[in-house]
Amino acid sequence: MFFLKRFLFLVPLLLVISFLAFILMRLAPGGPFDSERAPASPEIERAIRAKYRLDQPLLKQYAHYLADLSKGDLGLSTKYRNHTVNDIIVSALPVSLTLGGLAFFFALALGIPWGVVMAVQRGRWGDYFWGLLSLLAACIPALVIGPLLVLSLAVKGGWFPVALWESPLHVILPTLTLGLLFAGKVARLVRESMTTTLQSEFITAARAKGLSESEILIKHALRLALLPVISFSAPMLADLLTGSFVVETIFQIPGLGVFFINSSLNRDYPLLMGLVLLYAAMLLLLNLVADILLAKLDPRVKYE
Amino acid sequence: MRFRRNTPATISLFFLAALILLVILWPWIAPYSWETISDAQFQPPSWQHWFGTDVHGRDLLTRVIFGARVSLLVGVVGAGVAFVIGVAWGAVAGYVGGRFDGLMMRFVDVLYSLPSIIFVIVLLTTLKDGVTTWLTSAVGPRAAAQAPMLLLFAGLGAVSWLTMARIVRGQVLALRNRAFVDASRSLGASHARIIWRHILPNVWGIVIVYLTLTVPSVILYESFLSYLGLGIQPPMASWGSLVAEGAGQLNPIRIYWWLLVFPSAMLVTTLLALNFLGDGLRDAFDPKGQI
Repeated sequence: MFFLKRFLFLVPLLLVISFLAFILMRLAPGGPFDSERAPASPEIERAIRAKYRLDQPLLKQYAHYLADLSKGDLGLSTKYRNHTVNDIIVSALPVSLTLGGLAFFFALALGIPWGVVMAVQRGRWGDYFWGLLSLLAACIPALVIGPLLVLSLAVKGGWFPVALWESPLHVILPTLTLGLLFAGKVARLVRESMTTTLQSEFITAARAKGLSESEILIKHALRLALLPVISFSAPMLADLLTGSFVVETIFQIPGLGVFFINSSLNRDYPLLMGLVLLYAAMLLLLNLVADILLAKLDPRVKYE
Repeated sequence: MRFRRNTPATISLFFLAALILLVILWPWIAPYSWETISDAQFQPPSWQHWFGTDVHGRDLLTRVIFGARVSLLVGVVGAGVAFVIGVAWGAVAGYVGGRFDGLMMRFVDVLYSLPSIIFVIVLLTTLKDGVTTWLTSAVGPRAAAQAPMLLLFAGLGAVSWLTMARIVRGQVLALRNRAFVDASRSLGASHARIIWRHILPNVWGIVIVYLTLTVPSVILYESFLSYLGLGIQPPMASWGSLVAEGAGQLNPIRIYWWLLVFPSAMLVTTLLALNFLGDGLRDAFDPKGQI
């Protein structure tokens, strides 16, 4: 019931976001066609403005936009002529989702064992060494690690392609670049929660029962220690989506991020608007899913 | 006391103090200016140019320190906005409560529901021309050249206070009904006095801790935007734009590693130091902490 209510609340929230974004973009001086040559005649200019409905009053434009949106039509891009915003999203979304998903699994696959190792070695030098390394990983932004990886492994080493998105080999460096920071963060999170869990009474009970240390770790401790990772997953996926702006720029990957940045630089408002709504919808849904998952997995969590 | 026993945090504090001092004093001690173009292009690091020179023959060390000025300033402005607006917003919402609180926090929720970087990019895109023309007419063309930077400050400031407002509101909400507040109210203290003298002093600890964590995140956002070409524009420099310039010079024939390595190292070291500092302060202010 609670989640249904929250799901229904998403719609007005998205409407508010779309309205604010729409007004901001339409009130901004300088239209999307300013940087181009003057049109051949006033009639052509009028025709172009009519095609993008720039000649109507603001609220009417917004009403039209919403009407189209309800049919799933996000309008025409003003920069990539003859492409609808839908076309662009359909072509770019899978790329970004693949990159984001791979980086997500990379971050979890590296971060969780990393954190467990630190928690098990707590107080010994292994903890300090891996701990320092995880802090370092969590502080190196993609825009630093990306070019450095390209410089060392692609340009100098020649083992990986420098850019583009074609073969599986092309995927490795972008995934590393995007995922490393989050692997560090996940590792620190797991270390924290694992240490707390290992000190709780049911672990002592399991030890007293004579279970092996690895059984205690994996079957009992890890289950509880991973709950914070789940609640961290939603903001992490959000950061992965926006983090891919930089990674896609570095490696020239034709994903959503590149289109988003270009639509901002070109002031391609229909595209910018469509992408803002897409990002907002994805993130709101992600947060909701993470909360539902958490409530399902952790009997202590209750929502009213 | 507890803070000083935390070695990484103390070292970080000294590092940041030295960096700030260097940034302030650099114009007087530097042999080069950050915008003077020379014929010595792409010089590797040497005794004349410790960090080498860039595509226009400018001294990279000078540019990195000039970039530090912008990056640190952005961090401080972001933290300042978080401090002033965030604390005021959170304190008022938490103290007044009821429907007014709901309204104020819904506003924060709406801004929060978008990832802040997307919100900032939309603001930068839509407001750029307006601000530039306004500055040209109001102050002059020289001021208009600063428009991207001012807008960046405003945009990052606009998102930096949201978390602070939430944290402060939560704290104030818990403090509002405590006995000492009731006592003060029954003695006839005004609302402003109760907030200022009784509630806020109990919040400062968490505010300071959170401010030190706001600075690195704002610096990170700035470098992110400048890297993408949406923030600081050349010939101005920030760490993000310097890394972008270095990355733009990557090619298989000649490798100008210093253009990439030095700005990156400064950015990472500063972020690391700020995080150590934040952790140290959190431990020092945490009432649950031992020692």
